[in-house]
Amino acid sequence: MTDMEPREVPGAEALELILEAVLFAASEPLPVKDLLLACSSSESEGPDRAAVEAALESLGAHYRGRAIELVQSASGYRFRVRQRFSLQVQAAQPERPQRLSRALLETLAIIAYRQPVTRAEIEDIRGVAVSTQIMRALTEREWVHVVGHKEVPGRPGLYATTRTFLDDLGLSRLDELPPLDALRELVDLPGAGDETGEAVRVRVQAAEDTTPAAPD
Amino acid sequence: MGTAEIEEIERPVEADWNCRVNGSPLGEMPADLYIPPDALEVFLESFEGPLDLLLYLIRRQNLDILAIPIAEITRQYMAYIDVIQTLRLELAGEYLVMAALLAEIKSRMLLPRPAGSGDDTEEDPRLALIRQLQEYERFKAAAERLDEIPRLERDVFHAHASRDGLSAPPAPAPALEDLLDALVGVLRRAGLTAHHQISAEALSVRERMARILETLEHEEFVDFVSLLVVTEGRAGVVVAFLAVLELSKGGLLEWGQGEPFGPIHVRRRMAPVEAA
Repeated sequence: MTDMEPREVPGAEALELILEAVLFAASEPLPVKDLLLACSSSESEGPDRAAVEAALESLGAHYRGRAIELVQSASGYRFRVRQRFSLQVQAAQPERPQRLSRALLETLAIIAYRQPVTRAEIEDIRGVAVSTQIMRALTEREWVHVVGHKEVPGRPGLYATTRTFLDDLGLSRLDELPPLDALRELVDLPGAGDETGEAVRVRVQAAEDTTPAAPD
Repeated sequence: MGTAEIEEIERPVEADWNCRVNGSPLGEMPADLYIPPDALEVFLESFEGPLDLLLYLIRRQNLDILAIPIAEITRQYMAYIDVIQTLRLELAGEYLVMAALLAEIKSRMLLPRPAGSGDDTEEDPRLALIRQLQEYERFKAAAERLDEIPRLERDVFHAHASRDGLSAPPAPAPALEDLLDALVGVLRRAGLTAHHQISAEALSVRERMARILETLEHEEFVDFVSLLVVTEGRAGVVVAFLAVLELSKGGLLEWGQGEPFGPIHVRRRMAPVEAA
């Protein structure tokens, strides 16, 4: 490699162009780590992380008012079409996007919010057996994977969601998922046998505050 | 499934509906409750299990999960189960478990509580079911919201540029040793895959017999070994040996050996052997 001049650390403007090129050429989201690598040569120190992040920001600003935007998700940065053009983009594509079945979505939701979770636990919540096809579909889509085995008889696999799942939904972290509905506390139920239209509706109260102390 | 079967169950499906909401008869079956029998299988699959069906029944009547009229819900639930059983028994299993649970809850609620044993000794039999329903409902809602999140390839599309035109960095020139190594490898493999051609025998015993006779035309003893030409390889030697034996058998050769273990000589027998 003697014929290669050590490259200069690229200036801010050059850095932006390099990042634009690298991000457009990539088929996956790129983490800053990989972007740093792309901007540095073997002989000289590349730009530091802050410089790359600043360049990413100004690159993103360049696309303001265009149909393309620079976004960040779990695995890193990527360019995408602004969502308001999705209908037109979709119309131009020969394939209709596949609709996900409710069973698949419910299973996915339970894995996403309760991970790591076993099949049996999913079945407990849904009240039906988890079909193998659904688990296979989720695995093939690389949305869920087995992250370990629960130390109970049979050592069932523990399922969790993947980075790809977050990437595909445009999320950076799991806690960006919409929150689960809060569980209402069960305090008083209408008296047993009282099942007419006048059934007393349950007051929703905090359990600890109102539950009378149990008689000894 | 034949059409006859579907027609057969059509009547009971219509006739069996006698819904009550909070005790008052509903009179007519609500339009969204009616399921044409041939659509039933599709309908069944639209429910994601017994909890889902139960939730549907509860929500349909704007009831609070916490105040389920167990008896009424059980009755309606059973009506669905009857239909399910007619069509898809294997699917009905999980629904039947729920029906049994509902019946159990109702029967436990009808039993008088032993007086004086305290209020909290036994949990309301509905509690476990209500908790399960609530839990399921949370995830059902979560699943719907999950579906609303813009999803790749459905609502969101990546922007990327083709890099077909970008040339890869030139590959370094191979070192001479590498070329030689490659050659050796190829040759070794070639050796393993040599063709074995089976062809007609190039050496003819007949022809060799003639040539040996030519060699021996001077009627002098010749070293037998010299007749076996080594230059033609193993096959040549064998052919020459056979030719000599053949000639000998035909009485055309005379043999001689001066001493034990000495060279064997052979010569052409010129005149036919006189009968002794």
